[in-house]
Amino acid sequence: MDSLRATLSVLVDPLKYLVNLPTVLIEQASDSVSSFSTLKKENAKLRDEQFIDKTRLLKFDSLEKENIRLRALLENSFKLGEQLLIAELLSINTAPYENIVVVNKGTRFGVHPQQPVLDANGVVGQVFRALPFSSEIMLITDPNHAIPVQVNRNGLLTIAVGSGQLNRLNLPFLPNNADIRPGDLLITSGLGGTFPSGYPVAVVDDFTPITNKPFVNITATPKAMLDRNRELLIVWSDSSPVSLSTPPTLNEKGSEISTSAPSIDNGLVNEAPEVKPTKKKEGKPTTRSGLSNKTPKPVQSETAGTDQSSLSGLTRKAPREAPARIDGDE
Amino acid sequence: MNNYTNSGRIILTIIIAMCFRIVPWPGFLTSINPDWVLLVLIYWAIAVPERIGIFHAWTIGLLIDVLTGRVFGQYALAYTLVIYVCLLLHKRLRQFPLPQQGFFIFFCLLFTQMLLFWLQNIQHSAQLHAYFWLPVVTGTLCWPVIYTALRRVRLSRRTK
Repeated sequence: MDSLRATLSVLVDPLKYLVNLPTVLIEQASDSVSSFSTLKKENAKLRDEQFIDKTRLLKFDSLEKENIRLRALLENSFKLGEQLLIAELLSINTAPYENIVVVNKGTRFGVHPQQPVLDANGVVGQVFRALPFSSEIMLITDPNHAIPVQVNRNGLLTIAVGSGQLNRLNLPFLPNNADIRPGDLLITSGLGGTFPSGYPVAVVDDFTPITNKPFVNITATPKAMLDRNRELLIVWSDSSPVSLSTPPTLNEKGSEISTSAPSIDNGLVNEAPEVKPTKKKEGKPTTRSGLSNKTPKPVQSETAGTDQSSLSGLTRKAPREAPARIDGDE
Repeated sequence: MNNYTNSGRIILTIIIAMCFRIVPWPGFLTSINPDWVLLVLIYWAIAVPERIGIFHAWTIGLLIDVLTGRVFGQYALAYTLVIYVCLLLHKRLRQFPLPQQGFFIFFCLLFTQMLLFWLQNIQHSAQLHAYFWLPVVTGTLCWPVIYTALRRVRLSRRTK
């Protein structure tokens, strides 16, 4: 049935691109007429941003190494490598009463259902259906969507359910005495396996506790700009545990620590042997996109690969959130 | 030769209707966007019933299912039933004045929307907005426009 849908979608998908065409043209036109001074201003702003982010990245590096070391002590280490693909929204409208959007990357790029989708600020949703030339993404605010989250301050676990409105999530499963405050950051807990843990989801809104009811009605505002973004990141999360014995020990210092030493001492770029198999998997879509699309977008980058931070905005994202998380813990 | 031009026109109008179906209208208009494809199909079923059959309606319904990401067969079923009724009644419908046709169209669209509502409720208890029913009204209001436009499309062929 799915293959039939995929086949038919090849017939129909050109229409989606056709309808999207005016938006693209307008965008290109406005791009081409933007003045020199605007560009210069933007350039300066971006350079500033990059400078700040790079500085934060320095801290992130050491924190990440520390994290790996601690995980090594716990004998449970997870691969930090995640692969990202930039997908652009098609401005079409399929069902107005559903929070589902369509993007321009499909199974040709290796997209598959249930993949998490992010933007620069937080979690956007998950891939709901992947077609050859496009895929449908269910936003976290869809009434049929629920995402396991965690209060960043104290690790309280709960589930955020979509409300149908683009600026609101419901937290229906919190008891009245739960330790949650307005302004708390909710991050993905990683339970359920769909979303990788640690990405910001929403900020808790103001609420008034009702004392005579067992559950409180708490709402939260999504961090991601669900109604403003045109570019989204599709993530291949690979949180399979890394067995600590396999990587060859280069420098013998201590028993447990040395096992993960290669990735610690030589910076995180050295994780290459670990990440290689997944990279190979990504290799195919990359070349394909190079052929078919004039802007090959699949950017391979691990959150660990910080040295290539200048490549794209994605590595910028993680460090920006990471310090906040650490500060929150302290 | 006549056949060629005619079916070409039918296909073209349906493709345009499909585009209209997924165009993102600004703001509120999005939620009242009528089912253009069904309206166009109904017109052709009434005007040239020898060209449009139930199978066509079914195929186009499947395409709409794919286009709008519905469960397979939802629109196919709805379109098939509506077009079947239109084909049965096409001789009578042609004699109706526009307002009376509009009345018939209203019930066709209402039936389609109810069927879709029911089918979505079977899958999961759908939380649908009241706006869900608005396309029925706007579709009825759009019928005279579609009727006159498509009539012009159909007759311009004959004058050639």
